[in-house]
Amino acid sequence: MRAFLASTVAASALTLALLAAPAAFAEDKAAAASAQAGEYTPDPDAKEGGAIVVTYKDDVSTLDPAIGYDWQNWSMIKSLFDAMMDYVPGTTELRPALAESYDISDDGTVFTFHLRKGVKFHNGREMTADDVKYSLDRVTNPKTQSPGAGFFGSIKGYDDVASGKADHLAGVEVVDPSTVKITLSRPDATFLHVMALNFASVVPHEAVEKWGADFGHHPVGTGAFKLADWTIGQQLVFQKNADYWRDGVPYLDKITFEIGQEPIVALLRLQKGEVDIPGDGIPPAKFREVMSDPEQKARVVEGGQLQTGYITMNVTMPPFDKKEVRQAVNMAINKDRIVQMINNRAIPANQPLPPSMPGYDKSFEGYQYDPDKAKEMLADAGFADGFETELYVMNTDPNPRIAQAIQQDLAGIGIKADIKALAQANVIAAGGAKDEAPMIWSGGMAWIADFPDPSNFYGPILGCAGATPGGWNWSWYCNEDLDKEAAKADSIVDPAKKDERDKMWSDVYGKVMADAPWVPVFNEQRFTMKSKRMGGADDLYVDPVHIPINYDYVYVTDVQ
Amino acid sequence: MAAYLLRRLVQAVLILFGVSLITFALLYVLPADPVRQIAGRAASAQTVENIRHQLGLDQPFVVQYGRYLLGLVQGDLGRSYLQRTDVSTLIAARLPASLLLMVGAIVCELALGLTMGLVAALKRGTALDQALMVGSFVGVSAPQFVVGLLLLYVFAVRLSWFPIGGYGSFSHLVLPSVTLGILGAGWYSRMMRSAMVDVLRQDFIRTARAKGLKRATVLFRHALPNAILPVIAMIGIDIGLFMSGIVVVESVFGWPGIGQLAWQAIQRVDIPIIMGVTLVSACAIVLGNLLADLVTPFIDPRIKLQ
Repeated sequence: MRAFLASTVAASALTLALLAAPAAFAEDKAAAASAQAGEYTPDPDAKEGGAIVVTYKDDVSTLDPAIGYDWQNWSMIKSLFDAMMDYVPGTTELRPALAESYDISDDGTVFTFHLRKGVKFHNGREMTADDVKYSLDRVTNPKTQSPGAGFFGSIKGYDDVASGKADHLAGVEVVDPSTVKITLSRPDATFLHVMALNFASVVPHEAVEKWGADFGHHPVGTGAFKLADWTIGQQLVFQKNADYWRDGVPYLDKITFEIGQEPIVALLRLQKGEVDIPGDGIPPAKFREVMSDPEQKARVVEGGQLQTGYITMNVTMPPFDKKEVRQAVNMAINKDRIVQMINNRAIPANQPLPPSMPGYDKSFEGYQYDPDKAKEMLADAGFADGFETELYVMNTDPNPRIAQAIQQDLAGIGIKADIKALAQANVIAAGGAKDEAPMIWSGGMAWIADFPDPSNFYGPILGCAGATPGGWNWSWYCNEDLDKEAAKADSIVDPAKKDERDKMWSDVYGKVMADAPWVPVFNEQRFTMKSKRMGGADDLYVDPVHIPINYDYVYVTDVQ
Repeated sequence: MAAYLLRRLVQAVLILFGVSLITFALLYVLPADPVRQIAGRAASAQTVENIRHQLGLDQPFVVQYGRYLLGLVQGDLGRSYLQRTDVSTLIAARLPASLLLMVGAIVCELALGLTMGLVAALKRGTALDQALMVGSFVGVSAPQFVVGLLLLYVFAVRLSWFPIGGYGSFSHLVLPSVTLGILGAGWYSRMMRSAMVDVLRQDFIRTARAKGLKRATVLFRHALPNAILPVIAMIGIDIGLFMSGIVVVESVFGWPGIGQLAWQAIQRVDIPIIMGVTLVSACAIVLGNLLADLVTPFIDPRIKLQ
């Protein structure tokens, strides 16, 4: 969804980290050990102080954690606010944040969070359990219109709040000022991830009430930075929160976000030393030039991304209702060529999950590129002469080019596909209508995970729940048996059984691929560019959660 | 005069009403669903319907449009779906930047266009004349996106004379103004040239020359004022051109005006912003035209407003 709002950005390919993260930690034994304990070893070379300039093309719409869901405000909100949980910087590993510790009941339905004491909001007041309850009630209240409300669906009483029957979540209980007990209506293995989402950030009720709908422009949180100044449409200034509850961070005194800058302009300014991080990444047109210049390439950090680009085939529309046809299409697409076409800014995919996601099945072979066999299968399915169909695609580069490559591959096995290049919103609308789009290339709208958990790629985009009008399951694939398996996997809450659960998810996606409603095409790699003076581990610049970078932990080397 | 003004104002209101109706209808029939954009992917059907209801988007077109108009006559442009701020606040924050850019562009196009046209008229038929007219043709036809990036590359990146995009000082204003002004300069140079050529043929110029006046006096006292005024009166009509130009130019230079706002809103189906910017631009165009018509009789007393 973030990809969807930040369309062009995601299309031009950025992001996420994970691929490199575990390896990097393994090299540093001390870090590896502490990472296992869910802790983070501060960078011994880090310097305090200094200011950086970050640019973005699009406006920052809001900094309200219950609402913000854009490319640019996602990481900003993470630096202004905190939630019960967050992640070890640069990794996908959960660690407690505003909660000092937590207990999970044996049946996996009751989560008790013990809050850290002495944590203060930017307005000076101490954060308590009441604020946690208030924040959860607020984000789920339909009046807030939060795009993230649905994530809290497993909390008991959610349906009543969502339907307007209740103002408070029955399942959230303040035990004492530093203890919150959350009861779920069903075991939910992803709940700790949910409690690390921006949407779960703790906000002070008095500030929300004071500013009302404008809270998003006057954010008050507990985060590492506070908003010092915001000139709409021009710039935002973040100032270090000197009272931040985590010791030692943030390192930077100030971050200036300059808004409205085209990525190409941002890159030129970076080359002149006026910008430290071009937030929208390297523009596709300049990618080769940057990567062929050793001096510039040295300042590019590459990482994996929790993203998959795929072709959906609408299983309710003939001839894609035939599994053999869908499998044939899977074998007809030359993914290597498509990856080359986008300057190797991605790696070919063979399953829905990206490689950096837990549950990714390394041994899975998928459908190999084999046009001859594909043709045979198509003939066996009764389409020896192929057929005509339509391929919907978003109309910004590189998507139409990718669609042309797909078109050629399809033509190779006799399928004549008409390309329908439309604005993003129109493609999404077509995908959500049952009998409209036989095939869609997901580029520019592709799924970027909201949190690093395998379940995140299923429900809305492959499960029955998403196969509704206006939904995101554009292949309209609905396999109730798999839905049951998925639910079963998500009921395994015990962290000790994580591997077992990941395995179950691997199976689910394996079975999805046997039915082949998608052609997984590639996983975008993320490329972050930084100025020479930026310091800190590479992982921080391709942080899987703080996208595009982790503002709290990066530093500049030219201070003092 | 008063009756004329009144009639034109009534017309203006009708035009704005028409613009609002057409824009609203176009956005209404758009297949993209703004509620989906607000609700996000994790939203249940119920949440989506809730939001739709809260925004009144479940009402029939007539009711939605009626509500919008009702707000409009009270000066309420509505609230942005995604920015969750009043549209009037967003536009007010960005309008000064656009106006400043417009002033810069007008200065540029007049200075450039009138000079080019004047020189071309005086050197009529020479290679210089032809070169200038080819230049104006290029100026009119070149996409502003390309011109902007070209200027940016040459004067900001290579020569470092100006900052690379941004807002805040006079030097920031130069390149976007020139980019926007080049288009108008093309038109003006052609108009100026033909107006000047026309005036120079008139009897009073011949008389002035015959009186033995100096060439410069003939040109600047007698010919130029007559040629230049009708051209300047066109500025009002230019505003329409500017309004389309700023969308591109503001994006290239990171200029925080309403063009950039409109562009972002269109990409995200933020209907209240699209409506607001469209109406503000329409207002500007209508006012510009009105102004152009009102100024004309002062410039050319032969024209009477009726």
